[in-house]
Amino acid sequence: MSLLLEPSAAMIKEQKLYREMGLTDEEFARIEAILGRLPNYTETGIFAVMWSEHCSYKNSKPVLKKFPTDGPHVLQGPGEGAGIVDIGDGLAVAFKIESHNHPSAIEPYQGAATGVGGIIRDVFSMGARPIALLNSLRFGELTSPRVKYLFEQVVAGIAGYGNCVGIPTVGGEVQFDPAYEGNPLVNAMCVGIIRHEDIQRGIATGVGNTVMYVGAKTGRDGIHGATFASEELNEQSEAKRPAVQVGDPFMEKLLLEACLEAVKSDALVGIQDMGAAGLTSSSAEMASKGGFGIEMNLDLVPQREAGMTPYEMMLSESQERMLLVVKQGREAEIAAIFAKYGLEAKAIGKVTDDKMLRLFFRGEVAAEIPVDALAKDAPVYHKPSAEPAYYREFQAMPPYIPHIEDYNQTLLGLLAQPTIASKEWVYDQYDYMVRTNTVVAPGSDAAVVRIRGTNKALALTTDCNSRYLYLDPETGGKIAVAEAARNVVCSGAKPLAITDCLNFGSPEKPEIFWQLEKAVDGMSEACRALGTPVVSGNVSLYNETNGEAVYPTPVVGMVGLIDDLSHITTQSFKQAGDLIYVIGEAKPEFGGSELQKWLEGRIFGKAPEIDLEVEASRQRQLLAAIRAGVVASAHDIAEGGLAVALAECVMGASGLGAKVTIGGDLVSELFSETQSRFVVSVKKEQKEAFEQLVEAKQIGEVTDDGALVVNGEHGETLIHLSVAKMRNVWKGAIPCLLKSKD
Amino acid sequence: MKFAVVVFPGSNCDVDMYHAIADELGEEVEYVWHEEDNLDRFDAILLPGGFSYGDYLRSGAIARFSKVMAAVKKAAEAGKPVLGVCNGFQILLEAGLLPGAMRRNQGLKFICRPVQLTVENNETMFTSAYEKGEVITIPIAHGEGNYYCDEQTLERLVENRQIVFRYHGENPNGSLADIAGIVNERGNVLGMMPHPERAVDALLGSADGLKLFRSIVNYWRETHVVTA
Amino acid sequence: MYKVKVYVTLRESVLDPQGTAVKGALHSLSYTEVKDVRIGKFMELVIEESGRDINELVREMCEKLLANPVIEDYRYEIEEAVAR
Repeated sequence: MSLLLEPSAAMIKEQKLYREMGLTDEEFARIEAILGRLPNYTETGIFAVMWSEHCSYKNSKPVLKKFPTDGPHVLQGPGEGAGIVDIGDGLAVAFKIESHNHPSAIEPYQGAATGVGGIIRDVFSMGARPIALLNSLRFGELTSPRVKYLFEQVVAGIAGYGNCVGIPTVGGEVQFDPAYEGNPLVNAMCVGIIRHEDIQRGIATGVGNTVMYVGAKTGRDGIHGATFASEELNEQSEAKRPAVQVGDPFMEKLLLEACLEAVKSDALVGIQDMGAAGLTSSSAEMASKGGFGIEMNLDLVPQREAGMTPYEMMLSESQERMLLVVKQGREAEIAAIFAKYGLEAKAIGKVTDDKMLRLFFRGEVAAEIPVDALAKDAPVYHKPSAEPAYYREFQAMPPYIPHIEDYNQTLLGLLAQPTIASKEWVYDQYDYMVRTNTVVAPGSDAAVVRIRGTNKALALTTDCNSRYLYLDPETGGKIAVAEAARNVVCSGAKPLAITDCLNFGSPEKPEIFWQLEKAVDGMSEACRALGTPVVSGNVSLYNETNGEAVYPTPVVGMVGLIDDLSHITTQSFKQAGDLIYVIGEAKPEFGGSELQKWLEGRIFGKAPEIDLEVEASRQRQLLAAIRAGVVASAHDIAEGGLAVALAECVMGASGLGAKVTIGGDLVSELFSETQSRFVVSVKKEQKEAFEQLVEAKQIGEVTDDGALVVNGEHGETLIHLSVAKMRNVWKGAIPCLLKSKD
Repeated sequence: MKFAVVVFPGSNCDVDMYHAIADELGEEVEYVWHEEDNLDRFDAILLPGGFSYGDYLRSGAIARFSKVMAAVKKAAEAGKPVLGVCNGFQILLEAGLLPGAMRRNQGLKFICRPVQLTVENNETMFTSAYEKGEVITIPIAHGEGNYYCDEQTLERLVENRQIVFRYHGENPNGSLADIAGIVNERGNVLGMMPHPERAVDALLGSADGLKLFRSIVNYWRETHVVTA
Repeated sequence: MYKVKVYVTLRESVLDPQGTAVKGALHSLSYTEVKDVRIGKFMELVIEESGRDINELVREMCEKLLANPVIEDYRYEIEEAVAR
């Protein structure tokens, strides 16, 4: 019925209806030129989603080119469902991070859940067995009822989906800042393991091969979700609620098991998730990559609702669907695998040689578009960039030094800041143990997951301190990568590669585009210095509410390799009498620090400096010491400085304490966020061996009195707090904020 | 001794159960898909955790109608050890092989963490390797582990010493009488919310669950001494 | 063709943590007149005429699958629906 209500090709042009779909006048003219005629409604919709930033990266492509993506161990770089890196023994690790920010802002439970579902499919579509999930979340301050609601529902959505599918959520990060009040960030990362020979690609080749559809039926959910993700949020966004999809983790689990069985069959040519823009992007991208065309009969597409139009089917973002290309004549073999799981693999089309995406509906051609125009030849824009005024202002400011009188209260206050406070409330809801490989659970620097059948393990982390990026995107970009690597190294792993999720405001604004450019410059430089290429990633632009952009937040997801299970190291102190060392010296750097934000209510000034050579050399030294077996615990010094780092080292241990002595500028020593620093504990008998490998300063000893004691050089007590008290404050902060009523 | 790990659509702790038996216990083990109707070749039946049929409607409500469940009942009637963990426990309850039902956790949230349990009865085929009153650490991971039964049933459970495990210290989910695991009257069907198969390797935090599986093997060896 | 509406709720004697939480939330929004909240499930079934007594059929389905009699009560309404 609704077919008759669709505007005609002439109306689309005359009334500029394509604008509502997100296409510009120039883009529409280009479509007309490509087709040599006016596009019909379905075709206009297909172009609109495929040329949205979400699918085409049209605004970010020129910037993304700067990332180093190669390395001797890289088996698959950006451009497929996930990046793949060799880890020896014929095995490889596949991983990717992706955003689901806008859907989560509108319907947080389903938005977050389907974000997790999408990233899992990206990984198993490569043929990899998903073994771990991580996430990176940003919310406004936990004081408004709306933010509390978003936070609780997003966490519940991640838990609800991941727990049901049975992939452990082993790590992540959550930060709170007013910059994310109206536009939370929900980034999900999935990591899988694959044998080299099982690597699949989303590719359609071989004329006459069959296109098969598997998974959930197609409904009207999420129509225009991809373009929705590429728009700013405003008051009208609430009215767009139908665009949010509903996830079915049970279906995902069946699809996962069935697909991993199917990839073992040589009847399978290619496989891709129907992610953003569903059937359209999967078919067009597979055909374009393969250098072929695809023809589909939409009457054969399994449909959940009656009377769906080609437009609706092609743009539907119903979840838990995959598109397969199967060798002609061997469809039954594939169908049998899916049937075991109660799923139907349905032939809906075939591969052609004319590089066209051709759709039939009720016996007529509903759309006919060159596949390359939708995929690799989509428009690319070089947006203007301009240094923002605020940046110049911040750079010109004199260094900010906080005035501290009571060190005890300052440390307790920092431990209660939600960004620093224990995230136990969050990860208690995630099944982080299922599949019984999680050696280091959430709460340490990086999660560690062993690889069954080997003596190896992976260290996994997500990181991004966006406050530094706001003050100085280039330096902040370097720090994001360096900090991820620090976390990975602290667990005893060699950093391998990263995936990134670039969450920024509107690229139409030169100041925002400048942030994006600079951040990528900084990240690229750090990736080169630390030997961690970018193998996959995602871009989420237009993260703005009523014109206000979020902080530039390029989340780094890093994977490191632990060669030997005995190298696994955690941040908690291990036994009384161990010596405590600090690697790196503190400078008076408080711009963008947790302390500045807490005391001043805002951030300003310069971000902490970072020297990537120093960073790399310290990481090398520490890793060598860990591998030599002379490090009992290792932790990086991050938000809140040395004082918070020491508190974290004692709070994770039972019955232990620490006594250290510091000199120099006390406020900087205790709370500065100077980069490239670590707190390490070492057994007494390994003192010499450790000192030979690492340049570090001994500052004290692990004690058994359950207290953190920090003395000045002249014996004066600066901090004396019981671990129990600190733990109460640190663990209680988030539950307490959630319970409090305004 | 040969173990069966029953796999329902949506089971996700099947792999953990399998590895606990094969790698840590060193016994024979095989996955059994829910459509099989014969379990005669197995000496013990394990129903793993997960979200069978998505836990849609109620946890375990749909799985209990699977073909394989008739065979599980038969094995239980034959006196073979049957262990249901987490979702497996929920299925045993729905199937009526154990008394009671599960409600959502009192805090309404899914909880994943290691908890302490007291071994209330160490004279079962599942717990003979433990000391009586032994406190062990086993992880939980569930959203619906809030055990419920009526008063008469509870009295019977207590009288017959069917309560095998109770939460020690804090009760994480609000379950009646701190119940973490119960056996049937005959003592050969055990349902428990905590995951013993996740506690079989000290590298991952605890190996306290291993004794549960060892107890099953010991029981089997004792009862099969003649044929062995 | 029948349209059957099935309501499943926790039995009176069984604590309903979800209901308790919602009651608390309503009270905090100052709807203090709310004395009790019970949360349940609502299901709509479209059932074809099969010759069996529809009441008997629905009761059987409720007891076998749709409700768990250990903790849940059910009730239902039957509407005669006209075929499309």
